[in-house]
Amino acid sequence: MSEGFSRPVAGHVPVLRLGDVLLVTLQGDLHDSTAQQLQQDLSETIAHSRVTGVVIDISGVEIVDSFLGRVLAEIAAQAELLAARTVVAGMRPAVAITLVELGLTLPGLRTALTTEAAMELLAQPIVSSRSGGLRQGSP
Amino acid sequence: MHTAAGVEACLPIRSDMDLVWVRQHVRQAAARLGFGLVDQTKLVTAASELARNTLVHGGGGQLEVSLVTADGVSGLRLAFSDSGPGIPDLERALSDGYTSGDGLGMGLGGARRLVHDFEVESVPGSGTTVRVTSWVGRPPRPREEV
Repeated sequence: MSEGFSRPVAGHVPVLRLGDVLLVTLQGDLHDSTAQQLQQDLSETIAHSRVTGVVIDISGVEIVDSFLGRVLAEIAAQAELLAARTVVAGMRPAVAITLVELGLTLPGLRTALTTEAAMELLAQPIVSSRSGGLRQGSP
Repeated sequence: MHTAAGVEACLPIRSDMDLVWVRQHVRQAAARLGFGLVDQTKLVTAASELARNTLVHGGGGQLEVSLVTADGVSGLRLAFSDSGPGIPDLERALSDGYTSGDGLGMGLGGARRLVHDFEVESVPGSGTTVRVTSWVGRPPRPREEV
């Protein structure tokens, strides 16, 4: 895990831990291999650090194509299986318009307009979309 | 009538690094021509989908970028070509949800919705060329056409 932000070079995206949440900031144009590496790294980091949430800030991302869209959806699905919720924050309006036209609406992906709103969303008690809901602490 | 104003650039598509160059080049060319932000984003996304097809399904190839004009309107034409196996069933490849590789099956059909003009030439066994054109300031195609 790295401290602070830096311009991503191939193969490395900074991941910050803020309490129970991992904050990932994607910026610029990502290589396919960088996105795939992030997907792998995040699962391991979630399992090791036992966080309950992941926020992926994509406000610095100019385009999301079907490849990156799939990676985001898979990160969220993997995190869910590891008992962490994922929120994608800060999608640019032009990206949202393009994704819908592309036919990629990514149902099941939680979003927030800003990183701050995403953190608030994760701080709220879980309204379970999965039947599991083990986090709520069954009696 | 399209009047091609000549090939502006020719970019190789051989690796995922090349996909990054393709996206950056198309964005800069579109911005220079005066495309708005949403239209730039659509065109770059379409280019990314098509370049990935060229790489993954066509085994690599190239992108030819041309500036075109018609009736005083400027446009950007992108021609992706490969000498891969070709597309055996074009109609099926253009339908949503169809995928033969790694993705969500949005590649070809999705890219078609993001541009104004779209044409595919594919010869089984000898390769595929996808040509797309978007025009500055023209509204998106009506849904029923797409």
